[in-house]
Amino acid sequence: MSMATVTVQPVERENYLNKEYGVGSWLFTTDHKRIALLYLMSITFFFFIGGFFALLIRLELLTPVGDLVQADTYNKLFTMHGMVMVFFFLIPSIPAVLGNFLVPMMIGAKDLAFPRINLLSWYLYIIGGIMMLHCMLTGGVDTGWTFYTPFSTAFTNTKIVEAGLAIFVAGFSSILTGLNFVVTIHRMRAPGMTWSRLPLFIWAHYATSIIQILGTPVIAITIVLVAVERTLHLGIFDPRLGGDPLLFQHLFWFYSHPAVYIMILPSMGVVTEIIACFARKRIFGYSFVAFSSIAIAVFGFLVWAHHMFVAGISVYAALVFSLLSYAVAVPSAVKVFNWTATLYKGSIHYDAPMLYAFGFIGLFTMGGLTGLFLAALGIDVHVTDTYFVIAHFHYIMVGGALMGYLGGLHFWWPKISGRLYPESLARLAALIVFLGFNLTFFPQFILGYLGMPRRYFQYPQEFQVLNVLSTAGATVLGVGYLLPMLYFLWSMRYGKPAPDNPWNAAGLEWMTSSPPTTFNFEKEPVVTWEAYNYDELDAPHKEEVPVVR
Amino acid sequence: MYFGIWITLLLCTFITYKAAFIELGRFNAAVALIIATIKALLVALFFMHIKGAHEKLLKLVVISTVFFLFILLALSMADYGTRMWS
Amino acid sequence: MSDSTVVGLHHEEQHHPELLHHFAEPQQQRDAASLGMWIFLGTEVMFFGGLFCAYLIYRRWYFGDFGAASKSIDATLGATNTAVLICSSLTVVLAVWAAQTARRTLLIGSLVITMLLGLVFLGIKGKEYKDKFEEHHVPGASFSFDHVPIPGHADQYANPRHAEIFFSLYFIMTGLHALHMIIGLGLFAWLLFMAWKGRFTPEYHTPVEIGGLYWHFVDIVWIYLFPLLYLIDRHP
Repeated sequence: MSMATVTVQPVERENYLNKEYGVGSWLFTTDHKRIALLYLMSITFFFFIGGFFALLIRLELLTPVGDLVQADTYNKLFTMHGMVMVFFFLIPSIPAVLGNFLVPMMIGAKDLAFPRINLLSWYLYIIGGIMMLHCMLTGGVDTGWTFYTPFSTAFTNTKIVEAGLAIFVAGFSSILTGLNFVVTIHRMRAPGMTWSRLPLFIWAHYATSIIQILGTPVIAITIVLVAVERTLHLGIFDPRLGGDPLLFQHLFWFYSHPAVYIMILPSMGVVTEIIACFARKRIFGYSFVAFSSIAIAVFGFLVWAHHMFVAGISVYAALVFSLLSYAVAVPSAVKVFNWTATLYKGSIHYDAPMLYAFGFIGLFTMGGLTGLFLAALGIDVHVTDTYFVIAHFHYIMVGGALMGYLGGLHFWWPKISGRLYPESLARLAALIVFLGFNLTFFPQFILGYLGMPRRYFQYPQEFQVLNVLSTAGATVLGVGYLLPMLYFLWSMRYGKPAPDNPWNAAGLEWMTSSPPTTFNFEKEPVVTWEAYNYDELDAPHKEEVPVVR
Repeated sequence: MYFGIWITLLLCTFITYKAAFIELGRFNAAVALIIATIKALLVALFFMHIKGAHEKLLKLVVISTVFFLFILLALSMADYGTRMWS
Repeated sequence: MSDSTVVGLHHEEQHHPELLHHFAEPQQQRDAASLGMWIFLGTEVMFFGGLFCAYLIYRRWYFGDFGAASKSIDATLGATNTAVLICSSLTVVLAVWAAQTARRTLLIGSLVITMLLGLVFLGIKGKEYKDKFEEHHVPGASFSFDHVPIPGHADQYANPRHAEIFFSLYFIMTGLHALHMIIGLGLFAWLLFMAWKGRFTPEYHTPVEIGGLYWHFVDIVWIYLFPLLYLIDRHP
């Protein structure tokens, strides 16, 4: 027998990924980092399901006639697209993946306050997801993701109760995550980590958690009411029986408007971290950015009826809500100003995370400004329920939230996986996403303004060119989303091993190994420096810290 | 001390019950709700130990929750209260 | 960072058996549990809050019909139930005090009496539901509410459809509350089991405290439900 040649492999340090193997060690883990990865896999799955529905919608809209699917099927397509994307992708995304992974590390803790509840959150999400999948496979829902009454309670014969219960369960996942974050941030900060030294990512997640805690229960009870009404034929929302359909809308939007802030605030937190790092500067106006997160959370609860301007609410209430809706834009604008001021005279590096952050600032600003158009009662009468609204919220949700999510995934990928992703390919993907996005959604502003209604599968001939452009953009966008999925997976096996702090970034999470050990810190850190101390990190007298590029 | 609170709570319940049978017009509802709020405060402050809490945080949690509930009720009523049709 | 000395907390003799590994000291764990329960109660307030919102809107719209419907539910039973819950809140604070002062017998006794009072509450509720069922006031196919005068306007009859909305909200609100009571009973059964096994000490009795918070919250919800549902328009 010949002597086998033994190749000496460098011994891999023990970290949270290789500490234990086996399905059980993942499914019964209480390590916040493993739970974050469980979420990453699940929400990516649902993202592609929601994206699949979007693809079908855009394919149908290539032609002015309804020729790909039937009208009822089309109703189901946009409903399922909305429900999956909102409840099973956007709302969990950053908090459940990046938040779960980073919150304990950023504050110097070993784990969240309630690790077992964290795991329960994931299981609830999965159970809700399975229920939603089953609902979709056995007929789906056709009411729009907003399932307005009395259509949803008394007229449609699709699976409202099942879809509602799926969202109910997923909602509890959201509530428990928020609860966990608030208690963690209050109780588990390392010595010296005062509130004013916290990364703004933490402030953003704190504000998000407040919304999750206070808002989600209201939609939960609304779903219960819809389910009970539908099953027992009560009259709470049915005008024929003395009920008021608008009551449903009030209760629904009381949550669903703050929900959009659940979707955007964490993304803003990510962008703040990225900009500070890749401009090598402290964030301009730290306190303003921190308090603007809280302000967005609070003000976000005061504006819900701007979704109901033409539904039949009183004009006086509409005036009040319109005014409040203008007010809620102010803290968001504060953030944009502060990011811009941070960039000014910064030392800017155009790595992939930064490209996503730039995309976020531009696209979120456009989306946000068009929100002001919608908040004006006179304009809203013209563009409500048209593609203008659809473009508005996709600019914020996709151009904003999703780009922030992708930027964050890239930024922290070396920490999460211990590998580097391919930088040139990532920059290309970011560009493809940006171009594809604008090609998809900018024409929709025009379409909406010209009068094309939303949720229609056929439209007048003169709108076809813009629709074709939009569908073309969607294809490009799809490619842009597939690329990161592929190269992230590739990097887990073949990517260069990452150093502990490849970006030379500030923050406690970068002081752990890449990937971190199960308990994050071997010694509890004691914080004596302010956040974003890039001037110290980049100080000229310091020995050159090799940054792997 | 707990017994004192307990007796007060039972007394308030009795008063609420009896007051409902007295003709007070629009103030019936207000009286009932005020007494209910007093009872709720007694339970929260003394039985749930908010009064002795060394941190302001718990008070903040309770006040914020009540505040947002109030927003839900008040702004919804702003719509229903100002609809000038039926 | 690769230095593997750890700050003192892992010396076994300082380790309280109930201390979880990610907390630095028992007080931090206690404070986290307490804050967590308070925040959870906050979510419950908003959960019931949606129902209160629906209720208030319809009560304003259909005041007379709601008054007629409210008069048909038994206020004496409702008041008795309120008293029952208030007594149970007392026994809960006694249980917490007993746990704090290592009085095992009092702790177990208080928990048992709390649960008994909870069962009494549910029993009375059951009787009320049964009455409503027999009077055909349960919303649904067999609902009927004809020729019931509106309080204060003997010549007008209540609109049965609007009364049905009252009863829908009545059953949903008290039903949800009863469900929370049942969950509370389950929780206290588990606390009783732990207390019986001697798991609670003056240093560690957090489950009793936060279980108690939950019970008090359920009591507070009823404190509001009672006047709103039972006492709309009782004057003769």
